Amino acid sequence: MLRKAGLAALLGAAVAAPAVIRSEYLIGTLILIYFFAFVGQGWNVLGGYAGQFSFGHALFFGIGAYTSSLAFIKWGVSPWLGMWLGAAVAVAVSVVTGHLSFRYGLRGAYFALVMLAFAEIFRVAATNWEWVGASFGLLVPLRGNAPMLFQFAVKRWFYYVILAMLLMATAGVARLQRSRLGYEMVAVRENEAAAAALGIDAYRVKLIAMALSAGITALGGTFYAQYFSYVDPTIGFGSANSIEILLRPIIGGAGTIWGPLLGSVVLGVLGEITRGFVKAYAGLHLVLYGVILMVAVVFLPHGVMGLWRRH
Amino acid sequence: MTTLLEVEELSKRYGGLQALARVSLSLGEREILGLIGPNGAGKTTLFAAVSGFVRPDEGRVGFAGRNVVGLPPHAISRLGLARTFQLVQPFPRLSVAENVMVGAFARHPAPRDAHRHALDVLELTRLDALATRPAHTLSVGLRKRLELARALATQPRVLLLDEVMAGLNPTEVDETVAVVRRVRDSGVAIILIEHVMAAVMQLCDRVAVLHHGELIACGAPADIARDPAVVAAYLGEEIH
Repeated sequence: MLRKAGLAALLGAAVAAPAVIRSEYLIGTLILIYFFAFVGQGWNVLGGYAGQFSFGHALFFGIGAYTSSLAFIKWGVSPWLGMWLGAAVAVAVSVVTGHLSFRYGLRGAYFALVMLAFAEIFRVAATNWEWVGASFGLLVPLRGNAPMLFQFAVKRWFYYVILAMLLMATAGVARLQRSRLGYEMVAVRENEAAAAALGIDAYRVKLIAMALSAGITALGGTFYAQYFSYVDPTIGFGSANSIEILLRPIIGGAGTIWGPLLGSVVLGVLGEITRGFVKAYAGLHLVLYGVILMVAVVFLPHGVMGLWRRH
Repeated sequence: MTTLLEVEELSKRYGGLQALARVSLSLGEREILGLIGPNGAGKTTLFAAVSGFVRPDEGRVGFAGRNVVGLPPHAISRLGLARTFQLVQPFPRLSVAENVMVGAFARHPAPRDAHRHALDVLELTRLDALATRPAHTLSVGLRKRLELARALATQPRVLLLDEVMAGLNPTEVDETVAVVRRVRDSGVAIILIEHVMAAVMQLCDRVAVLHHGELIACGAPADIARDPAVVAAYLGEEIH
């Protein structure tokens, strides 16, 4: 009851925020917090719930960003449709990478590295392929205020789009957690042999987790491309992006519903503070990320969520 | 008595070690078969081969009207053959009830039904008071009981129990003996690897003895205890 009231209040505050907050800059900060929570939720399905630590989720992010942008630039397809095309391509690619990884029993660091390698293959391919803009990348042509084309003149609308996406992803993961599939993912994560002894096909469960995770992450990629009107091979497929994607759910609490959002809020706030203090030192926030990640891994193995879920 | 499980001439070799040498066994309906033998005799390997975790070099395992050798473990489990692990393998971050629920999903796809069935199994195994406890907080004895409950939740026709009484105190052994008996009475056939001989003598209809991967005796518990070959395997040859 109290929990429901709290959630309703939070949601009300999130919906009302753009009406109250006058600063475009602050709205932009919130958009990025939601955005990273969204792609983090995508990673969370595979890395958190199913326990398969992907170090290359930029692969799916990049596929989403590139697919919708190319469909728009080359054939005039609205990115609203393009984002689902991107998700479909990402799911197809994820089934291939998932099959190659899981059929041959890759786990832990080996799986993480294979995912990194797949993302790198796509980054190098995109860098050398003229048709997709090569190293320069893709500029999404601006059409002014064109809601049908996923373009808005004011940030407020991007804010509502990413808020809606985050709500749907969070509700979906909450539902997953209580479903048979969700329990099967957790069982595979906690102990694969025991899961198999109980009739769970670990390969199938991991492949489904991979596909769901890839689809969500790709939708985030399209949002990014529309919001910044730009994507290039490093932004899309680069390892720095892979790290950005996994950082927040791990800090907030992998395998929990609220972990990605919590981690994103923590990093968003800390990022703003350091930016204010040390404007002169560009890139210092990356050093800070590293320190926070180390502290989180050592002292909070179950993320910030672990603080009040400790048994 | 109808035969539920038929192990025929099962062999497994690890390099120079013959872990199983043409072992044949059968298990009838509602039977409890004890599987004993010194450490390294091949008991756990036999379980692993029957449940699909290890692929035997030769032989067949007849279950549910087919040869299940070559099937993956999850497929064999779905046919109705469940096992526990000698080294218990709970899902540590799930609660006791959720652990059992994961097993219950095998026959009850809806979470609500699975949860209800899990609670029934917890009652049968006398774990109901601990339903909401995280599995990693249980003592070894209770973890072994949880291991049994989880396997049971898949509603198997054959249950392979690997040393579910080792390391328990006498009270816990008595409790587990009562639980195993109740499980059998509910219609499940059981093979029991066990070193606690008092439990084996009380529970088992027949006892099979493995030594160096070979089946050296199989029969009623009282006869097995007097069998010279079995005594020799455990205590060494008599000195003349």
